[in-house]
Amino acid sequence: MKPLFAVLLAAIICFTGEAASVSDSIKTIRAVGPEGQGNTAAAKAWKSLAQADAAALPEILRAMRDSSPLSANWLRAAVDTIADRGGKLPQQALLDFIADQKQEPRARRLAFELIQKSNPKLADKLIPGLINDPSVELRRDAVAHVLEAGTAKQISKQTQAAVKDFRKALDAARDIDQIQAATTALRQLNQKVDLPRHFGFLMHWNVIGPFDNTERKGFATVFPPEKKIDLSATYEGKSGKVEWSEFITADEYGMVDINKAYPGPGDGLKEVTAFAYTEYTAASAGPAQLRLGCKNAWKIWHNGQLVFSRDEYHRGIRIDQYQLDINLTKGRNTFLVKLCQNEQQQSWTKQWQFQLRVCDATGTAVLAADRPPTPEIGTDNSGNNPTPGRRPRN
Amino acid sequence: MKNSLITLTFALGLTVHSEDWNQFRGPHGNGVSTDKNLPTTLQDDSLKWSITLPGRGLSGALVLGDHVIVTCSSGPTQSRLHVLALNAKDGSVAWHRQFWATGRTMCHAKTSVAAPTPCSDGKNIYAVFSSNDVICLDRAGNLQWLRGLTADYANVSNSLGMSSSPVVTGDTLVVQVENDSESYTLGLNKTNGLNRWRLDRPKAANWTSPVLLKSGLVALQSKTGIDAVRTQDGSNAWSYEDGASTIPSSAVLNGVLYIPSHGITALKLNDADAANTPKQLWQSGRLQPGTASPTVIGNKVFTTNRAGVLTSGNTKTGERGWQLRLKGPFSATPVAAGDYLYFVNEAGLVQIVDTTAEEGEITGKLDLGEQVLGSPAVSNGALYMRSNSKLYKVAK
Repeated sequence: MKPLFAVLLAAIICFTGEAASVSDSIKTIRAVGPEGQGNTAAAKAWKSLAQADAAALPEILRAMRDSSPLSANWLRAAVDTIADRGGKLPQQALLDFIADQKQEPRARRLAFELIQKSNPKLADKLIPGLINDPSVELRRDAVAHVLEAGTAKQISKQTQAAVKDFRKALDAARDIDQIQAATTALRQLNQKVDLPRHFGFLMHWNVIGPFDNTERKGFATVFPPEKKIDLSATYEGKSGKVEWSEFITADEYGMVDINKAYPGPGDGLKEVTAFAYTEYTAASAGPAQLRLGCKNAWKIWHNGQLVFSRDEYHRGIRIDQYQLDINLTKGRNTFLVKLCQNEQQQSWTKQWQFQLRVCDATGTAVLAADRPPTPEIGTDNSGNNPTPGRRPRN
Repeated sequence: MKNSLITLTFALGLTVHSEDWNQFRGPHGNGVSTDKNLPTTLQDDSLKWSITLPGRGLSGALVLGDHVIVTCSSGPTQSRLHVLALNAKDGSVAWHRQFWATGRTMCHAKTSVAAPTPCSDGKNIYAVFSSNDVICLDRAGNLQWLRGLTADYANVSNSLGMSSSPVVTGDTLVVQVENDSESYTLGLNKTNGLNRWRLDRPKAANWTSPVLLKSGLVALQSKTGIDAVRTQDGSNAWSYEDGASTIPSSAVLNGVLYIPSHGITALKLNDADAANTPKQLWQSGRLQPGTASPTVIGNKVFTTNRAGVLTSGNTKTGERGWQLRLKGPFSATPVAAGDYLYFVNEAGLVQIVDTTAEEGEITGKLDLGEQVLGSPAVSNGALYMRSNSKLYKVAK
């Protein structure tokens, strides 16, 4: 009995000793800060952590929850290194981890990939159930399956069943390419798709301008709308009095084209600044993201607070180019966008525009409680009535 | 030629294996290899192997001992970053590490997040991505440290993509993250990634890479010209202020710096100390590099323009010599070994040029069949080239 007790005790000490080591290493790695702070200690901790047994993988994955993106990468490298050694994976614990939607979405995807590598058939069985998963990476495979199924049905002329699949795929899709694939397929089958609503683009604005941006100085200049929003006010602009006017876009990607509000000679006004303002009623308070696409210099305020600014001109635009964390206030929220156009004259420097949406961290639209129907025609004559079969741009 | 290269290698204080290809444009940072066993003609069986990569990229490969190091990015927004070590013999994976991009991944469709070529001091690998993630791994793939420069400096990014390749010298890793907004070059402590220094740089998009002039001294190129910077503390040694390209990078050989500026401008680095202001030897508007950087063999400097025309110039005078039309266009900077230049065009056509022929001569062609934008790596008689989906080994 005594020898057995000793063995058990040693095993317990050994087990708890390793657990403490893993835990301590994780704690050190999670403490890495900006500009490399904590890197030296993290490197030492990582070396120890990477020696852990595969049984420690779930604990390391759990540690990614609420960790900084940098510490998540440290932990990820440890997971890869441990898994590469080829020890027996704790399969059930990893499956439980994948099923726990409270965990870090990318960590759950990583766990899925560990399963996929060791047991591809089991991973395949999981995919259909992930179609509405909070992990965008996990739902992507499920959406791809449904798109494939829809395409097969379309080819075999099962139109209604194909529409059902494509609609399901569109509802679940968060990646732009999959949204566009589902949209194209639905339009080929003469189905309507409300892309602005799917994305949550803000379509109704008030705009004012042009103010001055000669020598790009307007970016730093504080113009009256930056101090106070008064939609009835009149101000001195770059070349005369300016006042607010309503601007509604019906562009299916929510593009607010300021050149249409303030058309100029030739390719449009140059060295000018404009503002766009809108209000948004949130059903509840909480974290959200502003996602902006813009190729002009810009600043953006939420409820009067500057969220971010960037003084880059004409290097490209895409949906979700900038992802900005905000906290919505329950009820009325305000968004103000400052948009600067520079002096460049090349054909690719004509654009003076932006697209802005409100969503959660997965890219799921967070629609205003009082969101009006998507406009058919904008004040700029933009239309949301694409030809069936036309591939969406952007 | 050989002696001068060996001398230069010692002068730069490099510790890498003589056959290693350890950074953008190789151990000397100018695309010149001492390898004597590269093919000078090409047949179908010159392609020894090709393997599928887990993501796209235009970074050049490194060759460290028996491993070929390659970076990739994958996913719908290229937010998954990869560093792989492949066995040079057969392309099999020795190790594979993945990370999540912490900075913006938007870039022009032609480029990718895996654009900068990594570098190595022989002990560790330093991988940089367009998202401004900097990752240090040892040669066995063990993480040493990482940084997310966009996490630290929120406006460090270029919506067209970043592509500057890092260099490591002494204890410092030099990373140029220059752009229209928050524009810096950083000197990072290579052992832990902490800032040694951070320089404010011209606010302008810049895709060029730093060039090692000697141990502890790098040339930083930008639209304003060249700044020679001491890597120990980031102090300026000298500047050339007559402007320079922001796409092709400079090349240095035998104490002369060839700058893409007003065509090509040649600066004679100070014999005693490259840290002193150099003398301008010549400037030639008839040598016009396009995207690919200039390359030097012996007494000839070579540029390739956007139309795919290879032009030779005299390194002493800048006088233009022969021209040879190649099948372009080219994004990848050619490499040189012996008297031969090795090109791969954007369509993946490898072309070998004998530079000793009276008007230059194409001696070999091989179609890889896929777009190639990154400069080849050379080691142990083989060329390694990568497309957006594959890595290729070409040898005799």
